[in-house]
Amino acid sequence: MSIRLEHLNYIYSPNTAYEKHALKDICLEIPDGEFVGVIGHTGSGKSTLIQHFNGLIKATDGKLFYNGENIYEPGYNMKNLRNEVGLVFQYPEHQLFEIDVMSDVCFGPKNQGLSPEECEKRALEALRLVGLKEKYYKASPFELSGGQKRRAAIAGVLAMRPKVLVLDEPTAGLDPKGRDDILDQVAYLHKQTGMTVILVSHSMEDIARYADRIIVMNHGEVMYNDKPKNVFAHYRELEKAGLAAPQVTYIMHDLKERGIPVDIDVTTVSEAADEILRALGMETSENADVKGDGTPDADAMGDDTSDEGATGDGTSDADAAAVGRTSGADTADSKNLEKKR
Amino acid sequence: MIRDITIGQYYPAKSILHRLDPRVKLVSTLLYLVSLFLFRSIAGYLVATLFLIGIIRLSRVPFGYIVKGLKPVIMLLMITVVFNLFLKKEGEVLVHIWRLSITTAGLRNAVYMAVRLIYLIIGSSLMTFTTTPNELTDGIEALLNPLNKICVPVHEVAMMMSIALRFIPILLEETDKIMKAQQARGADFESGNIIQRAKAMIPILVPLFVSAFRRAYDLAMAMEARCYRGGEGRTKMKPLRYKGRDRAAYVMIAVYVAAVVAIGRYVPLKIWIF
Amino acid sequence: MMDMIQTEKLIFEYEKRDEDGNVIGTSRAIDGVDIDVKEGQFIAVLGHNGSGKSTFAKHLNAILVPTDGTVWVDGRDTKEPEELWNVRQSAGMVFQNPDNQIIGTVVEEDVGFGPENLGVPTDEIWQRVEESLKAVGMLSYRHHSPNKLSGGQKQRVAIAGVVAMEPKCIVLDEPTAMLDPVGRKEVLKTVQRLREEKKVTVILITHYMEEVVDADKIYVMDHGKVVMEGTPREIFSQVEKLKQYRLDVPQVTILADELKRRGLGIPAGILHKEELAECISSQYTHGNRTGMDG
Repeated sequence: MSIRLEHLNYIYSPNTAYEKHALKDICLEIPDGEFVGVIGHTGSGKSTLIQHFNGLIKATDGKLFYNGENIYEPGYNMKNLRNEVGLVFQYPEHQLFEIDVMSDVCFGPKNQGLSPEECEKRALEALRLVGLKEKYYKASPFELSGGQKRRAAIAGVLAMRPKVLVLDEPTAGLDPKGRDDILDQVAYLHKQTGMTVILVSHSMEDIARYADRIIVMNHGEVMYNDKPKNVFAHYRELEKAGLAAPQVTYIMHDLKERGIPVDIDVTTVSEAADEILRALGMETSENADVKGDGTPDADAMGDDTSDEGATGDGTSDADAAAVGRTSGADTADSKNLEKKR
Repeated sequence: MIRDITIGQYYPAKSILHRLDPRVKLVSTLLYLVSLFLFRSIAGYLVATLFLIGIIRLSRVPFGYIVKGLKPVIMLLMITVVFNLFLKKEGEVLVHIWRLSITTAGLRNAVYMAVRLIYLIIGSSLMTFTTTPNELTDGIEALLNPLNKICVPVHEVAMMMSIALRFIPILLEETDKIMKAQQARGADFESGNIIQRAKAMIPILVPLFVSAFRRAYDLAMAMEARCYRGGEGRTKMKPLRYKGRDRAAYVMIAVYVAAVVAIGRYVPLKIWIF
Repeated sequence: MMDMIQTEKLIFEYEKRDEDGNVIGTSRAIDGVDIDVKEGQFIAVLGHNGSGKSTFAKHLNAILVPTDGTVWVDGRDTKEPEELWNVRQSAGMVFQNPDNQIIGTVVEEDVGFGPENLGVPTDEIWQRVEESLKAVGMLSYRHHSPNKLSGGQKQRVAIAGVVAMEPKCIVLDEPTAMLDPVGRKEVLKTVQRLREEKKVTVILITHYMEEVVDADKIYVMDHGKVVMEGTPREIFSQVEKLKQYRLDVPQVTILADELKRRGLGIPAGILHKEELAECISSQYTHGNRTGMDG
């Protein structure tokens, strides 16, 4: 069970003045259940790459295996592939079109040919998974706030019960809190359902927090494909590719150069704090709950929520409360989901 | 796909035609189109053909590219030809199928009509190939300016046209994106009958309209922020001024029209193989 | 120094309407904001989405006029209809979405749009267009179609379009929110260059704190109110508060705060990576020395 790319090439508008070799000889494997980050500057080919995963773009050359089957073989069931590999585009809220959120989320399952009851069941499940409050289910999608719209749109893909979830910059245009909410939710989903998550982003900080592995795209080629800390070790090369390692990477390298014996492999703020204090010979026992310590569990999210309750405005409050509630109350539900698989 | 349509698009090149004043090109195109209906003899067609070939050469737009622009109108062309072929009842009957018959006059008319339409399309697309959308709107605005006096909002219409032209590529790209996004949710735009297909368009059209309105709102705000307040008191970065070559072009088109009119008058109709 | 922008008890209310269009209530987007910007300053307004910062920005260009209170731009009351165009000319505005603010189909024509509206003579328009494009580093793209540019380049064109109107003040309303890191850097560099070369007043509205470390003064907005104001150092030293206001505190600042909290003797409000590394390393050498002494 995996996605495997072998010598994949893609050329835009071949034999015209606009010809562009967007992907060059890509060889990759994404095993089941992994949380993979794909990073690259605009035009690096990362968006083109992920559209291959569910067959929306057909490679000019090369092979793509899903669960061991080459999807370019004649007679391959492309529809089934799209059911299993869910793709959430950038600014997904721009594809909402139905009169209410519920019907919009049902669009995917309906296209899968499921009965109306089943559609509704799956839609409800998906809406809970993204933590959208129930009072919005019958509201027009156009009345929701930016963050809520995005959740509804992501639910629209989740309702198809994909085994692989691909998200193209799911946090673009959101503010920090909205961004953290969405990413925490995705991490939670990953943990709860065990689905493969492929997250495209241009923020190293975000990816460092969540991904098991990072694929760096540059000029249509895979530049790095490794664990976050190994990728960030190349921070100078990343910079040349129009990317930046997380700020802590720079600080740790700087400290090392100044002769302080720190481990330069740390990627998150709390790890860095521990490491610096250790190097300075100070206590490290306290493991503070700082943002950036990886996948949060339901409890941590609950904390965030109460923290948030004191400050957020009306909509965000509702939003955040919804997150808290789902992460607590829906755990049982999600476990059921897991069992079903 | 939609992107393959070349008609109405600008083809960047460095030719004398590209440098001409848009007003000259607009007027000349109009005159050329009218001229196509002023003659009915092969001599007239010859002159029109030679003139068109000359212009194509001057434009430096590849002939293949121009022909590509004809593709989307092939259906229209066929229908016209078929109608002309069968509906003309005069002249010698050539073929008789069921109740329909093709006569010499019908055949002649069909051929004439097809040639006229093709020339018409090539002629007008040559104008758009060699004129940027902005120049075009400037030209239209300048030519229609007298209408301002009878309360036609010429400037506003021209501004709307140029904004539409600016946003067509953006909206096309957006359509493509929305289509893909809905396909990722299992939408199917290819199969089914006409009604099913039309229904399948809703998930594309609704988001597209929503986005177009949002863009319109944003753009209006941006324009106001940059002090846009209609055509009054507005100066031009690129005002239209006739130059030597523009006058020369006017003379040429005048000579051409005169020739066509003369042929229409004095060269008898019946010089034709039939 | 002259006041470039001044607001006094600025209040703005949206009307809420029911389906028939009857007013059923109001919602206060800006609630008593007093801000004072001097000529030549670089001012940042921070706030999360929905904090009222964009609504505030639109007041500086008279796109919105106050429900109550007053906004003066270069000494002009934005509520006066006859001052409208002067206000818009003296405070140029750059918006968030790069695509939706470019009017021209060719870069240079777009930059010329503002001066055309102001009735600037043709020769001068050309001069201004050239100068503005040079100022944002986009002169070599003057004949390009905006559609073929990157997000950062489009935003620079939009900035040039504003610069060509020769405003005293430029208001940038989340100009980098839709850009990738490269584009963000491009835009920020351009803004900095304008400040240095043209001495324009800059008001940057954003939620990225990294972008405002060089600001003369920062205002933090929440719920339509100014909840914090001060120099970057003053603001950045209050990490907990900033997080409460849903702002994106840079990793350096969080790390410094965390270290300080856990007993490391470093000053509050660290802004730069180098600064933090410097502090830590001085602690280290100091620590080692005392270690040796003991």
